Amino acid sequence: MKKLIIALAATVAALGGLSSGAQAQEKTKVCFVYVGTKTDGGWTQAHDIGRQELQKAFADKIETPYLESVPEGPDAERAIERMARSGCAMIFTTSFGFMDATVKVAEKFPKVKFEHATGFKAGPNLATYNSRFYEGRYIQGQIAAKMSKKGLAGYIASFPIPEVVMGINAFELGAKSVNPNFKLKVVWANTWFDPGKEADAAKALIDQGVDILTQHTDTTAPMQVAAERGILAFGQASDMIAAGPKTQLTAIVDTWGAYYIKRTKALLDGTWKSEQIWDGLKDGILTMAPYTNMPDDVKAMAEETEAKIKSGELHPFTGPINKQDGSAWLKAGEKADDGTLLGMNFYIEGVDDKLPK
Amino acid sequence: MRIELEKRASASSLFQIVSPLLALVLTLLFGALMFWMLGKNPGHALYAFFIEPLLEVWSLHELAIKAAPLILIAVGLSVCYRSNNWNIGAEGQFTIGAIVGSILPVLVPQWHSPLVLPLMLIMGAIGGALFAAIPALLRTRFNTNEILVSLMLVYIAQLFLDWLVRGPWRDPKGFNFPQTISFAKEAVLPELLESGRAHWAIVFAIIAAVGIWFMMRYMLKGFEVTVLGRSERAGRFAGFSSRRMVWFSMMLSGAFAGLAGISEVSGSINHLQPSISPGYGFTAIIVAFLGRLNPLGIIVSGFILALTYLGGEAAQLSIGVSDKVTRVFQGLLLFFVLSCDTLILYRIRIVLSSDRAAVEGRS
Amino acid sequence: MLEAILLTIITAATPLVIAAVGELVTERAGVLNLGVEGMMIMGAVCAFAGSYLTGSPLLGVLCGIIGGALFSLLFGFLTLTLVTNQVATGLALTILGLGLSGQIGESFVGIPGVKLQPIVFPVLSDIPFVGPLLFKQDITFYLSIALIIGVNWFLFKSRTGLKMRAIGDNHGSAHALGINVIRTRYLAVMFGGACAGLAGAQLSLVYTPQWVENMSAGRGWIALALVVFASWRPWRVFAGGYIFGAVGILQLHAQAFGIGVPSQFLSMLPYAVTIVVLIIISHNRRTTLINTPASLGKPFVPDR
Repeated sequence: MKKLIIALAATVAALGGLSSGAQAQEKTKVCFVYVGTKTDGGWTQAHDIGRQELQKAFADKIETPYLESVPEGPDAERAIERMARSGCAMIFTTSFGFMDATVKVAEKFPKVKFEHATGFKAGPNLATYNSRFYEGRYIQGQIAAKMSKKGLAGYIASFPIPEVVMGINAFELGAKSVNPNFKLKVVWANTWFDPGKEADAAKALIDQGVDILTQHTDTTAPMQVAAERGILAFGQASDMIAAGPKTQLTAIVDTWGAYYIKRTKALLDGTWKSEQIWDGLKDGILTMAPYTNMPDDVKAMAEETEAKIKSGELHPFTGPINKQDGSAWLKAGEKADDGTLLGMNFYIEGVDDKLPK
Repeated sequence: MRIELEKRASASSLFQIVSPLLALVLTLLFGALMFWMLGKNPGHALYAFFIEPLLEVWSLHELAIKAAPLILIAVGLSVCYRSNNWNIGAEGQFTIGAIVGSILPVLVPQWHSPLVLPLMLIMGAIGGALFAAIPALLRTRFNTNEILVSLMLVYIAQLFLDWLVRGPWRDPKGFNFPQTISFAKEAVLPELLESGRAHWAIVFAIIAAVGIWFMMRYMLKGFEVTVLGRSERAGRFAGFSSRRMVWFSMMLSGAFAGLAGISEVSGSINHLQPSISPGYGFTAIIVAFLGRLNPLGIIVSGFILALTYLGGEAAQLSIGVSDKVTRVFQGLLLFFVLSCDTLILYRIRIVLSSDRAAVEGRS
Repeated sequence: MLEAILLTIITAATPLVIAAVGELVTERAGVLNLGVEGMMIMGAVCAFAGSYLTGSPLLGVLCGIIGGALFSLLFGFLTLTLVTNQVATGLALTILGLGLSGQIGESFVGIPGVKLQPIVFPVLSDIPFVGPLLFKQDITFYLSIALIIGVNWFLFKSRTGLKMRAIGDNHGSAHALGINVIRTRYLAVMFGGACAGLAGAQLSLVYTPQWVENMSAGRGWIALALVVFASWRPWRVFAGGYIFGAVGILQLHAQAFGIGVPSQFLSMLPYAVTIVVLIIISHNRRTTLINTPASLGKPFVPDR
């Protein structure tokens, strides 16, 4: 039995060896590790679109292999190590849960460059990158306050991590800058990805009386529900206008491509340094989908706010801001520092929900 | 035309050896066809799947890491299934084992002692066993179906872990991200060799498999499992209690799953986080049956399944097939292995319809 | 508002009820098919593909049913003709289904689906409250009700149903009585597959009219649990599906209402409630034993 297996293995090995010998190996490899599938319609798809843009930008110079559906945990460490060993010059690990795995592999392979999305642990050959999604959420809040007749919006949240809490607060701040009495209801779906549950959450919020929806989950299901019930909504991660042509006001679109091109260029030039990058609207790492389904004055306001954020004139988290219980957080004119934002675990005044502890 | 089976007088020892080889050949043929249809070089694809992960030392370590929890859980489940108790909630017992085992390193990180690690492993096993005791209790006390209860408890365990790592056990210095503090050195299961990451979990798995094999083969308890599994009545005549067997098999498999859970967290992840298992508890069910519920067979099937995961990654990277294709391929492999096993107990005859009419005419 | 909540619950419960009642028939014939999740997701992708390619969601539903049934045939061939282990084969079927559906559906991602339109009963649908709930629904809802009534009648009132239960209880003696065990089981497996396919169609055409990978998100497992929960009785499947759906929806409302319980505990509720209800109904040992198909999951090979 053993002999047979060995013989078979040898045959297969020979076949494999023949074909691999023919391939040329001159291009630089820039590799990607995904937590979901590249067609998930949300987070991972946005990264994969970025990867495709990158491939197009450096057509002949680089290759961009990727691994899909890599579970967070020991599998991630193996997947990243496999990439490092297979000759990747730079590896983007695109989920928070890959943080410790990336740190470990980066220590083992000092010559390979690593880039971890949304984490906070860096190293000499490990950079981190993130996007200031909250800037977009602030604009959305302003639009919501203008468009909502009831002054009440619904927010479908995934998990109570700082990223999501920050988004909720930014939305409420934007809304309050227009209507100081604006209220926000939050429902935690406890999932990033379950179209059915997201639709249920959307329906529950609409039944509770909200007339604008926004979501921090990945599928277009809430947008579809909003369209069906005839209310307005905001898209997430990608432009969801196809799911709600008469419903979507705008969407926060993750445009990682710009960042990937910038970093790959640095790699090829030899100017790559480990940095902790937190880019925003002005850097093109996120963009606002076209402002649709709203009157011109609202659109003008949104565009003006977007321009102000880009120029740095406006920081969404600028005092005076009180915490949910009414205690003071930021004094007038004071801006929140990045550290506090990245670890945000409290609501600001006006959010109608208790933050899960 | 139809296919008929004829039971062999006794299990064919020839086909016990030929069947897995036949399955391998069929998988290779069908796999080659599939990759060829997808426009990939079949030789290259199969090489990436089955050979590439076996060529490097680090990759062999990874194979051991991946196989360890599968084998450990599946060995426990095999005792359950042989005794006709249907625990399909090993995923939940794995999770609770990981949580209970992590109490020391998370809540008393300042206690540095060589006792920490053994205590963690024991607590993990106890946690898993106690969680599996819930369906056992409900089954023996209220006659509640253990398949359903153990499955429902999986979801509850996962949500409980989710709440812990986002709430009370969250690392205060971790920017509020959902993770506990990293375990101190004393709480980390050591690596076996210098050459890679493989840690003690694979040793536990092999010991467990050999131990259970010995029990099933040479000890009265093993006989009790088999008799009660075949027929509860016969077991009663032999003086065995099916009630006690429910407790024994459920808690044994729970303990193994719990041990797998804490070993995985301590040896591979080094902290608790919302997702600690890519479905080991469910995959182990397949491993158990693929190994024909024989602990030694489970060692082999555990490594085979682990190999398909690693091979799937290698194929994604080197020839660019998607993860969906690797899952389809994995499904095909399982189908072939399962159906070729039929040949051990049965003879297969292909009956042409004309023959059949003739047979029926005569009778 | 109550009406709106009930509508949401109906949408959430319908796929569970349909898939579970199909699996119930399969299990009553003595076959345990753990591949419901895989058949459901295949149904979802086939239904979406059918609806997108023909432009008719109704034809899409049909494609979903056929897709689920054909996929279950694979399971039938392995477990019935080749007598492979049913538990392992069912789990493998789920792995295959998740992969294959992703492969088939790759080009449909991001395309908004066409929602299956409700069938409106004139006059009846105008009755306040009851009308919109019961007489202004899409065809999958009506089918779910028809399936419950039909399966209940079939199992307990028809001769064929009696024969099928006989097979599930003791395939040896059923075979001795001249009942064709294998053929009946093939039909039962395909019925289960067709129902799972229909449930999948409801997901991709009604619940959330779109295709995304893994969109069944574990609902097939819940359906499996419901069958045991219902101790193999169709009306209890119906009740169980609705209890499960209702608890899931109501916990979202409880959140939006702002009660201060961690959302993870609320998400646990449907599972915990299932266990509690199960304890209550299985307390009576005799009724559960009567309904459990005694030869469930056991291989059968006719002697000659």
